[in-house]
Amino acid sequence: MPEARTTTDGRNAADALISIRGVSKAYGGVPAVTDVTLDIGQGAFFALLGPSGCGKTTLLRMLAGFETPDAGAILIGGEDVTAVPPYLRPVNMMFQSYALFPHMSVADNIAFGLKRQGLPRDEIALRVAEMVRLARLAGFETRRPHQLSGGQRQRVALARALARRPRVLLLDEPLAALDRKLREETQFELMDIQRRLGMTFIIVTHDQDEAMTLASRIGVMQAGRLAQVGTPQEIYDHPVSRVVAGFVGDINLIEGRVGAVAGRMAGFVPDGLEVNWQVAAGDAQPGERMTLALRPERLDIAASGRQGPGNAMTGTVLDAGYLGDSTLFRVALTGGAVVRVFRQNARRGDSGGLTRGMPVTLTFPADAAILLRE
Amino acid sequence: MARGAGKGWLVRLPPMLWLVVFYLVPFLIVAKISLSQQAARRPPYLPVFDPAAGWEAFGAALGALSFDNFVSVVADDLIWSAYRSSLVIAAVSTVIALVLGLAIALPMARAPRRWQPVLVMLVVLPLLTSFLIRAYAWIAILKPEGFLNGALMALGLIREPLAILNTDVAVVIGIVYSYLPFMILPLYASLEKFDPSVLEAAADLGARPAQTFFLITLPMIRPAVLAGSALVFIPAAGEFIVPDLLGGSDTLMIGRVVWTTFFSERDWPLASALAIVLLSVVLVPLVLGRRRAPA
Repeated sequence: MPEARTTTDGRNAADALISIRGVSKAYGGVPAVTDVTLDIGQGAFFALLGPSGCGKTTLLRMLAGFETPDAGAILIGGEDVTAVPPYLRPVNMMFQSYALFPHMSVADNIAFGLKRQGLPRDEIALRVAEMVRLARLAGFETRRPHQLSGGQRQRVALARALARRPRVLLLDEPLAALDRKLREETQFELMDIQRRLGMTFIIVTHDQDEAMTLASRIGVMQAGRLAQVGTPQEIYDHPVSRVVAGFVGDINLIEGRVGAVAGRMAGFVPDGLEVNWQVAAGDAQPGERMTLALRPERLDIAASGRQGPGNAMTGTVLDAGYLGDSTLFRVALTGGAVVRVFRQNARRGDSGGLTRGMPVTLTFPADAAILLRE
Repeated sequence: MARGAGKGWLVRLPPMLWLVVFYLVPFLIVAKISLSQQAARRPPYLPVFDPAAGWEAFGAALGALSFDNFVSVVADDLIWSAYRSSLVIAAVSTVIALVLGLAIALPMARAPRRWQPVLVMLVVLPLLTSFLIRAYAWIAILKPEGFLNGALMALGLIREPLAILNTDVAVVIGIVYSYLPFMILPLYASLEKFDPSVLEAAADLGARPAQTFFLITLPMIRPAVLAGSALVFIPAAGEFIVPDLLGGSDTLMIGRVVWTTFFSERDWPLASALAIVLLSVVLVPLVLGRRRAPA
């Protein structure tokens, strides 16, 4: 999607709260972040998503001021902060390890940043009390970090980072250390807090579900570059590359050749299958080798002979994994490739009668497929 | 805890035995001698407990013990000023060693991982030479025509050689140099385990580097600061070799007084009393400090 220099709310890039311009960073000649340009608007919940080592944490650390870019500039609120040390930046960070001060109580941890601002005593006490309430830490004010549970420590780290009311809150894998149930609860708490404070949050995560759940916009990073920026839906439905498509959600990739292009539709001949599918053309050129991406839940599966409308392929069921709300089939196509299909189990006892070894037909509508060049 | 209570004493037995045999028993012997009187015999004090002489003699010997030596220690102004100057020199040396130790241990802990064992080795290296020889070497550096004065004059910083050798300054230099490794090692061990993201968090929350050091780093390594300071202060307070070699005739340190009393005057009881007073002067504040500040 061509939306490179607009913010979440569609305003011009000049209004962006954070503007990252052509930023690069290398460690000992090994590039960590390469030529990243990105604008993030006021009030956004932005997720930097990517596998470990993709440069997302380095980018976040450059926003916090712990790393200096080799090239490019970082602007916050229109002001160039590229050379500003961390203790003078209007951002605060929540660390993956929480980095709580072990020799201070919960209240002193939260008050630390406020004291550095030189706020009056009673103002600090008020703000600490407010943060304690917000993070549901009442009764734990005098405890030391080592006397808290993992979830409580996580909330102290959040409260400490929020106490200074930064213009931007940076979160480095904030939920990675929590178990799954607590992580889900905390995700909704984070969204709630972000909405209530109207603050801009930038979160770094390798967990695509977390990014999809939390963020209003996602930047997918790969090998130090920003591969794609967009809303969760844009990223999911219109990935720009195989890597993005594969990283966000489950996907089937089918190699093949583009046939005739007529208007907005193009023919696609998958390798090893004697069919000619009609799919949305995009910018595909006739005769070009491309990859067709199909989400498992956009495929319909039915016993052979009961074919619906749309593009079709035939195969046999390799195995069927019953997940309760849905069933995940793996189907060996006639050409040899294996595709994954999700089938919703709308009614109780509904498994579709499809079992291992059964011949099936898979169909998908023209707009369900995405042609990918890279 | 409760489960191991039955066999816990077995684990504690070896260190307890060690402490009893090599610390408690010698201490009791010194304490007993400090309550005896100098005598022209061998050993040079009375009374002596003789197990063969029976209970009556034991009772008589016990009755002959007295606190006379402690009374003379307390009454002697010269001895008091020796204690005072020992403690002052030890305290000044400890503070200087702490500052230097931090200045060395901090960059050591931040050095690349693979260099750290080498750096630790370099800190320990001087200890492989004799303490006496290293103290002696300082004479060559500090004397009026020595390396230090030569370098300062060559640089044009001074015209006349400074009189450093045979002063308290030379004693402090010698003590700091000798005991610095014992300050660096605990500081380094503590700093090396330090999570650097805690320092980043402090900077992120608006603390300037100096504030981060005094509000975060120093409080977090406090146990190591206390340990290193004790390891420098305790031997420095009783130091004998360094003041003897580098100090002047007016450098009064209690270690020298004990030495002279013991070997020159052969007054073992008084020397023992001096040692016990030194022990309590050094240890009492240390124990109290520990109790008041549970880490």
